[in-house]
Amino acid sequence: MDKVNISLNVNGEKVERDIEPRLLLTDFLREELFLTGTHVGCEHGVCGACTILLNGEAVRGCLMLAVQADGATIETVESLAGEDGQLNPLQQAFTDCHSLQCGFCTPGFLMTLTQFTKENPNPTEEEIREAISGNLCRCTGYANIVKAVKQVTHQTV
Amino acid sequence: MKPSKFKYLKPSSVNEALTYLEEYADDCKIISGGQSLIPVLNMRLSTPEFLIDVSGIKELNYIREEDGYIAIGALTRHVEVENSLLIKEKCPLLIDAIKWVGHKQIRNRGTIGGSIAHGDPSAELPCVLTTLRGEIVIASVDEEEVVGPEDFFLTYLLTSLQTNQLVKEIRFPIMTQGERVGHSFVEVARRHGDFGLAIAAAVIELDNQGLIQKAQLAVGGVNPVPLIIEEAEELLIGKKVTEALLKEIAELTSECVDPEGDLHGSADYRRELIGTLLKRAIEEAIARAWEGEEKVG
Amino acid sequence: MHKYIGKSMHRKEDYRLLTGTGMFVGDISLTNMAEAVFVRSPHAHAKIVDINIEAAKAIEGVYGIFTAKDIEDIKPLTQFESHCFLPPNLVEAISPTINFNYEDILAKKKVTYVGQSVAIVVAKNRYIAEDAADLVEVTYEPLQPLVDPYEARKKGAPLIQEHLENNIQSHFHVTTGNVEQAFAEADYIMNEKIRTPRLGSNPLETRGVVAKFDTRNQELRVWSSSQMPYEIRSTLAHCLSLPDLSIRVTAPDVGGGFGPKGGVHPEEIVIPYLAKKLQRPIKWVEDRMEHLTSARQSRDQIHDVKVSFKQDGTITAIKDFFVIDSGAVNFFALTCAYNSAYHLRGAYKIPNYDSECEVILTNKTPNVPFRGAGRPEVVFVMDRIIDIVARKLKVDPIEIMKKNMIQAEDMPYDQGILVKDGHQLIYDSGDYPDALRKAVDLVDYDAFRKEQEEKKKEGKLVGIGISSYVEGTGAGPYEGAHISIDPSGHVTAYLGCTPQGQGHETVFSQIAADGLGVNPQNITVRVGETTVLPMGQGTYASRSAVNAGSAIYEAALKMREKVLKIAAHLLKTDEDLVIDEGKIYAETSPEKFVTYQDVGRAALPAKLGNLPEGMEASLEVTHYFAPPTVTFAASIHMAQVEVDKETGFVDLQKYSVVHDCGTVINPMIVDGQVQGGIAQGIGSALYEEIVYDQTGQLLTGTYMDYLLPTSMEVPTVAKAHQEFKSTRNRLGIKGVGEGGAIAPPAAIANAIVDALHPLEIKTNDLPISPNKLRTWIKEAEASFQALQTN
Ligand SMILES: Cc1cc2nc3c(=O)[nH]c(=O)nc-3n(C[C@H](O)[C@H](O)[C@H](O)COP(=O)(O)OP(=O)(O)OC[C@H]3O[C@@H](n4cnc5c(N)ncnc54)[C@H](O)[C@@H]3O)c2cc1C
Ligand code: FES
Ligand code: FES
Repeated sequence: MDKVNISLNVNGEKVERDIEPRLLLTDFLREELFLTGTHVGCEHGVCGACTILLNGEAVRGCLMLAVQADGATIETVESLAGEDGQLNPLQQAFTDCHSLQCGFCTPGFLMTLTQFTKENPNPTEEEIREAISGNLCRCTGYANIVKAVKQVTHQTV
Repeated sequence: MKPSKFKYLKPSSVNEALTYLEEYADDCKIISGGQSLIPVLNMRLSTPEFLIDVSGIKELNYIREEDGYIAIGALTRHVEVENSLLIKEKCPLLIDAIKWVGHKQIRNRGTIGGSIAHGDPSAELPCVLTTLRGEIVIASVDEEEVVGPEDFFLTYLLTSLQTNQLVKEIRFPIMTQGERVGHSFVEVARRHGDFGLAIAAAVIELDNQGLIQKAQLAVGGVNPVPLIIEEAEELLIGKKVTEALLKEIAELTSECVDPEGDLHGSADYRRELIGTLLKRAIEEAIARAWEGEEKVG
Repeated sequence: MHKYIGKSMHRKEDYRLLTGTGMFVGDISLTNMAEAVFVRSPHAHAKIVDINIEAAKAIEGVYGIFTAKDIEDIKPLTQFESHCFLPPNLVEAISPTINFNYEDILAKKKVTYVGQSVAIVVAKNRYIAEDAADLVEVTYEPLQPLVDPYEARKKGAPLIQEHLENNIQSHFHVTTGNVEQAFAEADYIMNEKIRTPRLGSNPLETRGVVAKFDTRNQELRVWSSSQMPYEIRSTLAHCLSLPDLSIRVTAPDVGGGFGPKGGVHPEEIVIPYLAKKLQRPIKWVEDRMEHLTSARQSRDQIHDVKVSFKQDGTITAIKDFFVIDSGAVNFFALTCAYNSAYHLRGAYKIPNYDSECEVILTNKTPNVPFRGAGRPEVVFVMDRIIDIVARKLKVDPIEIMKKNMIQAEDMPYDQGILVKDGHQLIYDSGDYPDALRKAVDLVDYDAFRKEQEEKKKEGKLVGIGISSYVEGTGAGPYEGAHISIDPSGHVTAYLGCTPQGQGHETVFSQIAADGLGVNPQNITVRVGETTVLPMGQGTYASRSAVNAGSAIYEAALKMREKVLKIAAHLLKTDEDLVIDEGKIYAETSPEKFVTYQDVGRAALPAKLGNLPEGMEASLEVTHYFAPPTVTFAASIHMAQVEVDKETGFVDLQKYSVVHDCGTVINPMIVDGQVQGGIAQGIGSALYEEIVYDQTGQLLTGTYMDYLLPTSMEVPTVAKAHQEFKSTRNRLGIKGVGEGGAIAPPAAIANAIVDALHPLEIKTNDLPISPNKLRTWIKEAEASFQALQTN
């Protein structure tokens, strides 16, 4: 099989691999790099469980080939907590507000919101809801996720 | 749901891409943002032998003003259009519409060229391009041509694009600026972010008396290709809108279109729905035209 | 007074899930592990003529391809005996028929639904396995597909399970009072057909299995994204003819379940079998398209009801005949069916009731319980009836609810029939009229009515709808807990129920903490693993808090006694002792204390410890809790909508709930369960439906077609609580897991009717899509006009 060489930065570390071009980015992260925090819920772009940051922007990991990430900077959920393992404010807000149940969708929401809260320090509820509308959660009914975003953007809830 | 094997080619210039396309025309697929193509590859509904990844062609990523139109390089991403101040000023209908394209994560990756080349009649951008009478620049190794949406979109997911051709640029005419011009983009979808059940776009210019001087109306999602509702445009000229006129337009629109039914809406439903939406788009465009008047006045 | 029960404590599960360090089945990777892919039937009903695997086998990286003839030593999957057992008095009361039915692990002679497994490819990775699966050539000879249950039940219809005489797999008839007499004496009689469609539970994590045969222990290790690892163990033991305890099943972090991950699927049998046969670990993770076709589905009931009522709004009788479209196999006998029958009347006193049900086989994916398990369907029926009666009598639906509601002083209230466990259907506690009053206050009902009038004048069609339910929760037969305290004083609790997001590690720590007098931080809860306790059931049917919660509480109390005895021995006192935050002392001298660590050390065997005379060493306690019968939770839901009459779109603007689940262990988690359940209920009211065409082809095979509600469709629910303690367990707990999902369809459907009033529409068919609603509106407008012109 013709493999191609890619090199990219994942969670602050330089990574180089020879891969099959058809390898999805999600599978690359999960199976080559053992970063299993990025989840796969549908592989057709609807559920958002696979959301990661590509050069700082939230994208679907399942709708990208790993080769397309050659040269890119990628951040996954594993990059969020501090060096000492301390939850970052967004993660902390999620646990404070009970924004996760099974937790399968959670990494996707966190990555979507990492970009969103950075770009929107003071969002309205409507904006928050619109921002997470590309991430499905089957457990929580979203209310507590919205609440966590309000907490982390220092709004009264 | 994993793609079948393909050989991967990554041109870094338009010329290189066109050369590859010429060479592998028999069994290749272009990928840009991959937001429509990768699901199809994952489901193995498409199993090309060669995948030509054009996403690295920097020269096709731009938004600029040229004579009378905004030229957008095919590889410009949705998010870049959404955030463009130039487009906000010169072609606001496009901004209104692009927010309806999927979700933020999709718009961060998906490209304008991909949206057009995909030829989905429910997609927002083809509808806007049709409404504004824009153009598409297509290139092959031998020639470059400029085509209008009416010649480009053939039917559901089929365009006039040949296998050796690349969409290079999309041209959106600059909308008339100033007072008494209003536009509207109306869409309804089952859920937020879904492809629309029906979409309608309207641009209306009023004269000093408040009579309609120019109208551009088009619909999507209810026909094999995006459709200009010409009769309605003509009907509006020189008039003030009334309930009766809007009703007539809604009915006439329903007659013009040829929707296909699916799980989310039957053909009959969509036919009726589009009349309602176009009516609403016209009303909103006119209301906004008056707002513009107030602001300027 | 409890210290931790009743507190919104942060969840212990969260840290790993927030940092991407949890472990779901898909995250497991073992040395030398292969991946499997299933070749599935594209036909709803067809004979298998031939399977050619030659081309597929030739692909590099393929380790094996298996069809039915390669696995003949596996017994088929049959209906789950644990769910089929009916006590003799119930058998006498409802005269059930339950015909034996089964599914081969891989289809043998024919396939009976689209998505049924026909062959398995085991290969180096999923990509290669899919390449090979594409090359497996199966020749089919199509048979007539049966898609409509009414067609399938007809005499002479082709048989789906060929050993049966017809496609009516189960049947029962339950009755109380005298419906015929009530009909004869009624002021009004109406007939309605009310339908809840087929749904998918769609946990965000699909199913998945990893298996490995441990040659040293001769142990079959299985990891499955399951709600019931013990059921997998016993089913595997049965199908593979192995001893139960030679199999170890783990449900690691499970990304949602909601019911269908509770049964056992064929993949959970064949993957372990092949891991043993090929002597290498094998992983199979379902993809979403497989999930939408092959994972068990649910609901799918059609009710034909006849209702009698009086001019004053009293409903005197309901006669119901309903069919459940069970798909190709019914694994759960009468579970959903009888749940439906015994829950239909909910909070209402309707003395004459007659319900007959047929469970019918069709060429669709098998139907199993899903959150609510037969209850959402009948609550939809009952509360549509309330609404229709109210419209007919031109009174507010609230008046009809009040008129027929069971009063607080009627408790405990006997509904005149039996629960599935054979006990009399007696509601233990609750005050439904009070719940209704609270709900009316919560939404400010009267103000809404006034505002509604104004808004309707402006052309804004807003409406309010109500639904209520009473749910038998905490079904047995039992759940167990084992508590172990080590010499460091740390408490480890082992439970047989398996969570999928309900926060068991947190809530059971809270309960154990109160039982033992320690801080929840000093407790580790282990669940989801068949080795932690010899026996267990699982998490389904709003039962874990009641059963496992009671089990751990009882175990903790037993342990506490032993701890106190040892502490008294160490403190050399015979005064009464108290335990607080792990310190044990006499109330009179709190400065003189021993800790759990001291007690843990003292409990070491022989000379290592320091135990009272004759006491057995070690701190180990097990308790199995068996509830007397179910305990009844209840709720009132109110939905407020605006309807766009021209397009048929519904905007759900507000949603409010009053609910009673007895003693609340962790309010934050309970609220989360309610909100999440409601989101699913909203999905079934407005968006979700599995659709098959006339040939049995699935039309909703992707997430573009099967619509799960997003954050834009689900409002934040306003909540108020009641706390009527259960009389059927020491802590007074009632179940809450399913509740949220039960009532939204009726509340929303009724709100839509209310918004469109005076136009008369009937929203008896879910989901209420814009297309459907627009059609109903046009029909109603046409008949209204016809009325005007006549
Ligand atoms: C969940 C979800 C929701 C979505 N919702 C919407 C929506 O509401 N509205 C909407 O419009 N879209 C929607 N999309 C699709 C999305 O907008 C795509 O980004 C867009 O249609 C295609 O752009 P792309 O760059 O990703 O193209 P790709 O997926 O890379 O390609 C699409 C097609 O165009 C061809 N192509 C791409 N670029 C070129 C080029 N330069 N020249 C010639 N051919 C080319 C490809 O060969 C392919 O056939 C949705 C997608 C998802 C996953
Ligand atoms: S897995 Fe990528 S969007 Fe669902
Ligand atoms: S918490 Fe389970 S899917 Fe979101």
